[in-house]
Amino acid sequence: MNIPFFHLAMGAYALGAFGYIVFILKPAIPRIAFFSRWTAVAGFLFHLGYFLSRWIESGRIPITSFFEAANFLGMGIVLVFLLMEFRFAIAALGSFVLPLVLILMLPVLPASSAINYVNPLLASGWLGVHTSLTILGDAAFAFSFIVSLMYLIQERQLKARHHGILFDRLPSLEMMDTLSYRALVLGWPLFTLGMFAGAVWGSKVWGAAWSWGLKETWSIATWLVYLLILHLRSMKWRGRKMACMSIIGFIFVIINFYVISRIPMGKHTF
Amino acid sequence: MNIVVIGLNHTTAPVEIREKLAFSEDRIQHALATLMKHDGICESFILSTCNRVEIYACVQDCECGVDHIKKFLARYHTVPSSILEESLYVHTGEQGIKHLFRVASSLDSLVVGEPQILGQLKDAFDSALDVKATGLILNKLIKKAISVAKRVRTETRISESGVSIGFAAVELAKKIFGNLEGKTAMLLGAGDMAERAARHLQDNGIRSVLVVNRTFDRAVELAREFHGSAVPFEQFSSELMMADIVICSTGARGFLVFPEMVSTAIKERRSKPMFFIDISVPRNIDPRVNDLDNAFLYTIDDLEGIVSLNKEGRAREAKKAEKIVQQEIKTYLQWEQSLDAVPVIVDLREHMEEIRKRELRKALAQLKGITDKQRNVIESMSAAIVNKIAHTPAVVLKKTAAHEDGTEWLSFARTLFNLDGQKRILKKIKKNSESKRSD
Repeated sequence: MNIPFFHLAMGAYALGAFGYIVFILKPAIPRIAFFSRWTAVAGFLFHLGYFLSRWIESGRIPITSFFEAANFLGMGIVLVFLLMEFRFAIAALGSFVLPLVLILMLPVLPASSAINYVNPLLASGWLGVHTSLTILGDAAFAFSFIVSLMYLIQERQLKARHHGILFDRLPSLEMMDTLSYRALVLGWPLFTLGMFAGAVWGSKVWGAAWSWGLKETWSIATWLVYLLILHLRSMKWRGRKMACMSIIGFIFVIINFYVISRIPMGKHTF
Repeated sequence: MNIVVIGLNHTTAPVEIREKLAFSEDRIQHALATLMKHDGICESFILSTCNRVEIYACVQDCECGVDHIKKFLARYHTVPSSILEESLYVHTGEQGIKHLFRVASSLDSLVVGEPQILGQLKDAFDSALDVKATGLILNKLIKKAISVAKRVRTETRISESGVSIGFAAVELAKKIFGNLEGKTAMLLGAGDMAERAARHLQDNGIRSVLVVNRTFDRAVELAREFHGSAVPFEQFSSELMMADIVICSTGARGFLVFPEMVSTAIKERRSKPMFFIDISVPRNIDPRVNDLDNAFLYTIDDLEGIVSLNKEGRAREAKKAEKIVQQEIKTYLQWEQSLDAVPVIVDLREHMEEIRKRELRKALAQLKGITDKQRNVIESMSAAIVNKIAHTPAVVLKKTAAHEDGTEWLSFARTLFNLDGQKRILKKIKKNSESKRSD
């Protein structure tokens, strides 16, 4: 049952992304943003349907395979987006966020969507806490990345005094700067807690809280990068530099998620 | 009678010199009275704003008048004439008229199309009228200039830029700051356009306005209008960090705001963005400011590029305005030329009146024993005949005088009615035939 839900969710996201892109390029169509927003909501509900039905079918939280993790990341990003969209009504966000979600989902298509076997030894509640928290942290980082990208586009247009088609639709710099920062403030503690939960889980299962595997090392590097970004922010960094830093941070996240996890080494390999 | 203009403006003199030569409102009338003491100056008028100081005069002899006005300026303001000579321009005759029309229509302004100049011109005219410094010619000329300005304003879109700049500034500020609520704007230098833009920002939520001006009193006055605070010119760089939006419109000839200054200010304000609007010509903000992180610099051209009236549009509108000015110069000159007919008409009427009186005396001498009533009838009849006969030539002369061959018509009328006396005409004819022979 979970796979049709997954397909429905992807279909709705694609439709919503298309609507949002039309919105940002062709401002003349009325209610297109409204339509896209509710399509995205429907997509999220389908995605939730996939998540819950898979949980029921597998009897454990479905964040254990590459397929499941990527789906959870996508869901997390859409959730953050919808919360922001309803709070601030920035339709332009959708034009960037939904395509990003689709792009992030692309690599899972060749991966197996079958329910995998998880060693019952590992399948404690800590597994769900660890994976969901770190991936939700990643989702917040992804959101910050998207907003930073939008910031850079808008900043460039303002600096060049040449205002392209996106100019009117993109929100103010101040707004994007704040949103990007808030997403980091949300994401970093989630990521930290997730790593902490991983350490607790590890010490219970393997008796060691930390092993310097590739994944752990890379994660700690990512964690440090975001710590540095937050530190720089407190050192009055704002605007373009912050946006660039957020993008650099997200590159670490992407490498972690799509490259490091795929290298068959250590216990994190999906 | 010749029209001369002597003055300096933002393109010929830096603000330091303009300030020295400016006439304050309360001294303009005194200055006019002093100027009018000179015999060669029949009418005069002083226009003194922050961007220009100009003396318009109606003089008997151009050279003499110009020389005198220059000396007057140097003496009145105790400025060495060598400095004056560098920055003064002189226009005479048609050029002078054109200059006034262009000034009134805001074609000669720092910011072309700004509407403040017309009000300043009217005020200056009023104070000249008060002391009767202007007369027939300048009154007509200034009134004409005002009507030309109005025509330019209604028939071209040149004055729209003032409104649209405020609009564009607000739109851009919103794209940077989102909400303008609680933000601070700094007005660096004051001009009508800057004030309007500031007012527009205030309508959109700007909380406080800092006003900087070289003349601190002016800053205080403006600050009161905006319920803001005045900042002494020397301190503006240290106050810069307070401002989210800086509108710069001074008449300074060089940069006042430099990247180092802005980068310090941005550091002090914890990297919060700053939006600079430079509507001064020449620029007062170093363009490199735009290269700094979190600083956004827009000039007047950039702003106009955003609103529909672009640079080419403005140039086109200015061209239209210049055309209007040319047309109006023509009608003014026609009026001025028609004035040449006045002495001829006066002479003609006097001449006819003399004949009437002479003939009336002769007739009355022959009619003895008539009643007063009969006498009155004869007198008024003679007056009516003369009036009727003189009317048509007077009208025709006034009309034809404005034409190219007007002077020929006037001398023809003089000959025809024998206005210069028999002897002079004979002399003229003799001279003419002599010169023809010698040819």
